[in-house]
Amino acid sequence: MSDTIAEASSNGAPKVSRIDEAVIRIAGNSQDGIQAIGGFLARLAGRSEQEVMTFMTIPSTISGGPSIFQVRIGSGEVLTSGDDADVLLAFYQHSYEGHIGSLKKGGIVLYDSDHVQAKPEWEKDYHHVGVPISSLTVEAIGGTAKDKGKNIYALGLIARTFDLNLPKLEKLIGERFTGKDPSILNNALAAFHAGYSHSLGNVLETFKFKESKGKDGHQVVMNGNEALAYGLIAAGVRFGAGYPITPWSDIMELLRRELPKYGGTFMQTEDEIAAISMAIGASYAGRVAVTGSSGPGISLKTEALGWAIMAEMPLVIVDVQRGGPSTGMPTNIEQSDLNIAVNGGHGDAPRVVIAPASVEDCFYTAIEAVNIARKYSVPVIILTDQGIATRIEAFTEPNLEKICQDISPDFTPVAEHKPYDLSAPEGLTHHVAPGTRIQSGKYPIVTGLEHDELGHPTGSPKLHMQMTAKRRKKLQALGASLPVPKIYGPPEGNILLVGWGSTQGPIREAVDRARAAGDSVSALHIKHVNPLPPGLENIFSGFNHVLVVEMNDEGLYGFGQLGALLRARYCDPKIHGVNKTDGLTWKVKEILERTKTSVSAGLRKL
Amino acid sequence: MSETLTENPVRTDNLATVATPVPPATEERKGLTKKEIAADHPTWCPGCGDFSVLALYFKLIEKRKMWHEKITTIAGIGCSSRFPYFVQAHGAHYIHGRALPFASGISLSRPDLHVFVFGGDGDAFSIGGNHFTHTARKNIKLTYVVMDNWVYGLTKKQTSPTSPLGFKSKTDQWGAVDYPINPMKQAIAAGATFVARTTSTNPNHVLAMMEAAMDHDGFGFVECLSECVEFYEGAFDAANPRKGGAFIEVPKNHDVSDELEAYKLAGADFPGYFGIFYKNNKPTKNAKEAEINKAMMEKVKGLKDWQILQKNFDRMK
Repeated sequence: MSDTIAEASSNGAPKVSRIDEAVIRIAGNSQDGIQAIGGFLARLAGRSEQEVMTFMTIPSTISGGPSIFQVRIGSGEVLTSGDDADVLLAFYQHSYEGHIGSLKKGGIVLYDSDHVQAKPEWEKDYHHVGVPISSLTVEAIGGTAKDKGKNIYALGLIARTFDLNLPKLEKLIGERFTGKDPSILNNALAAFHAGYSHSLGNVLETFKFKESKGKDGHQVVMNGNEALAYGLIAAGVRFGAGYPITPWSDIMELLRRELPKYGGTFMQTEDEIAAISMAIGASYAGRVAVTGSSGPGISLKTEALGWAIMAEMPLVIVDVQRGGPSTGMPTNIEQSDLNIAVNGGHGDAPRVVIAPASVEDCFYTAIEAVNIARKYSVPVIILTDQGIATRIEAFTEPNLEKICQDISPDFTPVAEHKPYDLSAPEGLTHHVAPGTRIQSGKYPIVTGLEHDELGHPTGSPKLHMQMTAKRRKKLQALGASLPVPKIYGPPEGNILLVGWGSTQGPIREAVDRARAAGDSVSALHIKHVNPLPPGLENIFSGFNHVLVVEMNDEGLYGFGQLGALLRARYCDPKIHGVNKTDGLTWKVKEILERTKTSVSAGLRKL
Repeated sequence: MSETLTENPVRTDNLATVATPVPPATEERKGLTKKEIAADHPTWCPGCGDFSVLALYFKLIEKRKMWHEKITTIAGIGCSSRFPYFVQAHGAHYIHGRALPFASGISLSRPDLHVFVFGGDGDAFSIGGNHFTHTARKNIKLTYVVMDNWVYGLTKKQTSPTSPLGFKSKTDQWGAVDYPINPMKQAIAAGATFVARTTSTNPNHVLAMMEAAMDHDGFGFVECLSECVEFYEGAFDAANPRKGGAFIEVPKNHDVSDELEAYKLAGADFPGYFGIFYKNNKPTKNAKEAEINKAMMEKVKGLKDWQILQKNFDRMK
């Protein structure tokens, strides 16, 4: 809640402070509906032209277990979900004790006094506001609902604390509960109003967000999995196949629900191998298809991935990374699938890997992936992660009429056809879909065997060399055509923080803070992980230290996964890794501390 | 032979993909000749049973006047799975055991194509066993011919899932100890809607079974005994009258809709019965998905794709 400007309080009413942004952490159990509170706040921010980012943890158990949802709302730019909270809403003793440490000194802890016993030793550091949320919810709703609805009551408390827009919130609640039993909506509104009207008693200060600077056009609010799935639909994908695994399942559920409206379909298959195989079959049938999974499922798919690379079949594979290896930390975040995405499988098997940086970027990356897959006849892996998949952001609504593309296959008869034409420019392969008549009467086969230009098998060493080179060259051509990534901050300086995927936000915020403190730090985000974009060596040459910030282990040689790739590619001894594997997103202060340590350790070595 | 063979073919009214325009109508064309259908010369050993299956596939294409571009020939890995290279049509040689899901991807997105899958016993019942079960139970419309030779031939004589007990292979020098799979029982139990058995030494019967499987609206499965002369010579002599064996057809009075009777026929000692064991006309996965799509598309009738998506985005504001 930086830059607060207090307004004079009068008549003993709580002081109202104008704020730029706030971080609210809601801690409870997974079945308490705390995601719903966060969801309402995020939507409201989106409709108020504010920026918002959320962060949640969920237990990997089926029901129950502690869970948190953190929302950061700002009238200016919001890059992360925030290191520390301004307000903690605690439903239970374990929520209170477990999360008070994430509250800023002087912050407010709103707690359910039916379940939480405040600790006197903490009362001097944090402003305590106890409200019997459970019993007041029961009182407000009455009947047999018990304390179901206490999340909405708590939303009312938060709305009062931050003087949130009441009509907009009521409308959101109305939209959420329409179509159900009208008594459910009435109960929700009753709980909300009871919370909103509850006297905050000894609260000395409430808050009001400054007017947002205003965004271009309307905002939409969604999480990364939704943005990615809708991006695939906008890109024209109409067939997909998958097998359930957290956190990928949301994408397949959404596509299964939505694609039939467009005449497409999504298949739940018997296993991961069938899923990628069915998607490849549909791609072969004429329209690029999608499959996806998370870590372990991607491992299972790699043999088929090799086939798609060999047969040069367009395909989009989504990998929503989680903690690994094996079942690992299924509901935690990690960026440890870069190696399998770039290199996984056997043989010389070049493929494309792209990692979106934000929820908005998930939408556009899906479209880019489809278009690269089609143009280069190659599987494209979209590397997202548990964090970006589940976090909610608001972003400018895309112009769907302009963006949505039609990628229907063309069945116009052709005179002759050689899919693997060695003389094709840039080595690009072009397939004609089955159903297309080839007047020469010579039909192509797609195969995992090394093949000639028509796809028929060959044992010729010369052809194997030529075809291997062809599959490589087309991706080298793609790499050369990629834009040079933009540096965040000045192009020369002491430290360059390099990141990929969902860490763009915290890395940029770290740069902002470091520069504000007078340190020479810039950042580079690498979205195209494989092939790499051009111009990186020039960028690296402008800095004394190149630190690759990743959520994976430093590995046997100490550089992390992208770090090792960049070292191998650029042979630059300035490249070092800043890695972690705690299953949580980077906090800005962690990045700053680790950067400092890494640089001073490097200096000692010199 | 059962009377189901004379049934008129019913094509599934598949996914009404608004997105996929129907390929342009072709002018009246003559059926293909064998010469036009044949592609690479088969790489099989002289005397291999698979030659006969290939020749009869050509004959089926000729007889039914199918055109190159309307057929897709799909296979996994194995001797028999080299099949697509020998056919002049669109086709794919996929990875070991996974030809069925690949073919399902085609079948479910392209109602206008005949999808034929060829493979061996290792592909179907060992590495691809899971896919066999699920493609059968989902009743995905395609024709699957398994050339069963009771041995791994491409890798030179290892025990296969259909190798009989006591078969001496390089991985069971003292004779196979694992109980073999009974493909007919496997298919019936999995819920396959068309289950037939034939042998490559009876060409007319092979053709009849393939044709009936193709005309079946659903998952059409044919097990075709196909001798490996190199690694399991004489395996099927007992089913070949020219070698002193007996070719016994499924009894004329067998009710193909009777699952239990079919299962009993499948349990007969080798050489067993040949013909259609089981047939069920329940709706295909393709038809069911088409029905879902029809209902869902009705709800967004008249809207362009971007407008359908816009409705979702409007709810997320």
